[in-house]
Amino acid sequence: MKVLGKPRRRVDGRAKVTGQTRFADDIVLPRMLHMKLLRSPHAHALIEEIDVEKARACPGVHLVLTGKDFPITYGILPVTQDEYPLAPQHVRYVGDPVAAVVAKDEQTAAEALDLIAVKYQVLPTLSTPEEALETAEPRIHAYSERGNIHRLQAFEFAQKENGVDEALGKADHVFEDLFFYEGNTHLPIEQHATVAAVDPDGKLTLWSSTQVPHYVHRSLARVLQLPPARIRVIAAPNGGGFGGKCDVCNHEMVAGKAALMLGRPVKICLNREEVFYMHRGRHPVLMKFRTGVTKEGKLTGMHLQTLADGGAYGSYGVASTFYTGALQTVTYELPRYKFEAARVFTNKPPCGPKRGHGTPQPRFGQEIQLDKIAERIGMDPAELRLKNLVKANSLTANWLKVGSIGLEQCIREVVARSDWKKRFRKSGFGKGLGLACGSYLCGAGLPIYWNKMPQSGVQILLDRSGQVTVFCGATEIGQGSDDVLAAIVAEVLGIDPFDIRCVTGDTGITPVDLGSYSSRVTVMMGNAAIQAAEKLKKLIAEAAAEQLEVLPDKLTFSNGQVFFDGKALPFAEAVRAAEEKFGTLGAVGSYVPPRAPGRFKGAGVGPSPAYSYTACVVEAHVDPATGWISVPKIWIAHDIGRTINPVLARGQVEGSVYMGLSEALMEESAFRRLPPKLSSALVHKMPSLLEYKSLTSLDMPEVDTVLVEDPDPNCPFGAKEVGQGPLLPVMPAVANAIYDAVGVRIDELPITPDKVLKALQLKAAGKAPRVGPDRFPAVPYPEPLVVPPPWEGGDGKEIKRNDAAAVV
Amino acid sequence: MKPVPLSLRVNGEEQAISFAPYKTLLEVLREDLNLTGTKHGCELGECGACAVLIDGEPQLACLVLALECEGRSVETVEGLAGAVLHPLQAAFADLGAAQCGYCTPGILMTAKALLEKEKSPSKERIREAISGNLCRCTGYQQIVEAIEEAAQRLATGRRAE
Repeated sequence: MKVLGKPRRRVDGRAKVTGQTRFADDIVLPRMLHMKLLRSPHAHALIEEIDVEKARACPGVHLVLTGKDFPITYGILPVTQDEYPLAPQHVRYVGDPVAAVVAKDEQTAAEALDLIAVKYQVLPTLSTPEEALETAEPRIHAYSERGNIHRLQAFEFAQKENGVDEALGKADHVFEDLFFYEGNTHLPIEQHATVAAVDPDGKLTLWSSTQVPHYVHRSLARVLQLPPARIRVIAAPNGGGFGGKCDVCNHEMVAGKAALMLGRPVKICLNREEVFYMHRGRHPVLMKFRTGVTKEGKLTGMHLQTLADGGAYGSYGVASTFYTGALQTVTYELPRYKFEAARVFTNKPPCGPKRGHGTPQPRFGQEIQLDKIAERIGMDPAELRLKNLVKANSLTANWLKVGSIGLEQCIREVVARSDWKKRFRKSGFGKGLGLACGSYLCGAGLPIYWNKMPQSGVQILLDRSGQVTVFCGATEIGQGSDDVLAAIVAEVLGIDPFDIRCVTGDTGITPVDLGSYSSRVTVMMGNAAIQAAEKLKKLIAEAAAEQLEVLPDKLTFSNGQVFFDGKALPFAEAVRAAEEKFGTLGAVGSYVPPRAPGRFKGAGVGPSPAYSYTACVVEAHVDPATGWISVPKIWIAHDIGRTINPVLARGQVEGSVYMGLSEALMEESAFRRLPPKLSSALVHKMPSLLEYKSLTSLDMPEVDTVLVEDPDPNCPFGAKEVGQGPLLPVMPAVANAIYDAVGVRIDELPITPDKVLKALQLKAAGKAPRVGPDRFPAVPYPEPLVVPPPWEGGDGKEIKRNDAAAVV
Repeated sequence: MKPVPLSLRVNGEEQAISFAPYKTLLEVLREDLNLTGTKHGCELGECGACAVLIDGEPQLACLVLALECEGRSVETVEGLAGAVLHPLQAAFADLGAAQCGYCTPGILMTAKALLEKEKSPSKERIREAISGNLCRCTGYQQIVEAIEEAAQRLATGRRAE
């Protein structure tokens, strides 16, 4: 390897440190106008009347739009096309947009919003999942499965119904634990911005801070009723995404329409409060785990129930709900597994995907429960995990195909480096270590909308100058998407990544890539890039071989040379020879993930070409007088398959640790009701960067990062994901470390000093030293769809249908 | 509102402009001087993305009225690099201190002010200096290391592109 694995400045590094990376709000076009959205002050209401005449008459105002201008809905998932660009009648959360003003500048637009008179008929609001379960009417959405329950799912991976209960019955111990994971938000420092313009030939071009230009493209075509060929969506580099720019946004649709109506560029940049309300962040999830274990420490089965608070719209919610149960099986062997899930609608900002999408919540519960199990059976928590590890190249109970798994080495690394064996349970009161593991997808196996086409496409253009241009729809959100693309092509062609020009995230000129989500970019784009580059390499080798009078397959491409046995051509000359021989040089590559073995309805969420693995040890100090938690050090080892650029890989791991620790200790999207005289609306408790606490440079501990390389054959050069997986073990490791320090269990996030103090007081009073949920409401889960695991004679199909789960 | 005239020095160049008097320095830099390298994350003084140097001191451009800058000297990220990158920029690019790059200009300017006062600050001093700049990508560790590296490069006179 000449490029991969070597620490390198990223190809877009210079742009980022000079302030030249052009984010969406940095785009300024001649004659550009500015847009603002009017948002509902009510959490749930019907619009009786909107009077926009005064706003329209305001000097400097060019256009006012309302829900009447947008008869067609959209939504990121085909099954939940439930959003209007502007609500025509029904508003469902504080912040739901109802009107838009386009004016000569932002100030004029903002002032004109105040002139729009909206008459609302206020409806009762739902603030919690319990309320949603109990309140069938009024319905937030007519399409929900039952009352205000958006979606119910139930699966039992056992040879027969109640097979999991049978497995738990045979266990020596059965653990039943409740956990709650509060919602939180992405908080990218860049606020979402969009610029829409009509280009000289009358087509619409839209620049946006989006992780998913392809889905924005599809939604614009649907909402604006335009042929997709007349719309071009360009993903500006994102100033942080973390899943917060994965959804299609109201303002993107409205800006597109406004630009077309006015024939002038229209820009909108959300303010910070709007970003908080647009949300699509982590679902609050209540969980109940029942897990059986033998006295030797082998898991016999697990029954997991989840209840997710979806907020006001579908967003990615159906997928998020599946993800609260899909990946429990890929880390530790579970002979039988039952999973029941529900997502409800409430009148709060819609939840969606945040780093780890639906999996950090159950991972939090699972890893704390393992800590409890280890203590009860008198086994070291690391040993317990090692004893139950999933085997490489195996199938799980729910029919997921695991390829390489470097978790054993990850655990051994963090155990050794943290001096675990000498310090765990031996650090003295107030100081503790906690261990947890995690696993994540390297790309969702299925696309969001059903199709058999490539999930990533790459096109490479070469010319006689030796210039290499790579086109791909993948989107740079800070993670280093362009750098991975350049590095992989450079490795295959034996050139310097800085000699490659990347053209990415542009639906008008790049092959489709589904976007930067589900940690899919390295694997999917990378495989497509290898395919395209190999085709060109073959042509170049053939032409160069003629010139050098050697056999083509003898040639090596390296250091900008094509050579064999002392005979060499500079890369550019070899390209020139190939252009002479074959004509204009270009090639495409595409990637479709392998078909997953599961054949049951609902098997589409969870499969991935590969899984990454992480182990983490957290050191926590707790002041018993105040409950104050400090974390001086974290050790983390991540099975990355193979490292493309260690500088960036380490950054992804440490960034994940940061975000995980911040979620563990302080981040929460909490809501409160305004008093009745102020409309009883449900508002965000802390929609600002000061009040929504996140770690600063002073709070961040030292992180000891190890990259474990267990290459996976499905991945480009073996490289797995690194952007999301390392977040997963951090939160439970913090909880486990606090238990080791002061002997209290905090079974909910965030873990704040008041909760620790309360648990310490309970402990002092001789009560169970635990803070966390104490009841799981009655959820009308349907009869499960029963699927026998591979080792119980299954063929991947269900043997008993459950009608709710059949509707995916 | 009637535009008002203003003279100030930005990145060493005298600028005479006129703009609506309610505008913040951030807005004037981005909208009237086309210096979009300075970013915004809140416009309320919470995130540090808009940090610039005013007479050498780090200030949040979103909290400063442009009118307060009459006759003063403002430095932005655009003023850091000439033909070669400033050692801070080179170290940030080499060591992974910029992921999405959005908080980067504000942190670079804050770090520049620090290194002008202290030639080799400790990790703690660096963490303290940038504690008003939020970064959601890196976890800060690589930023701190890059500032340390830049201090060394400055001390040894090493320039790197």
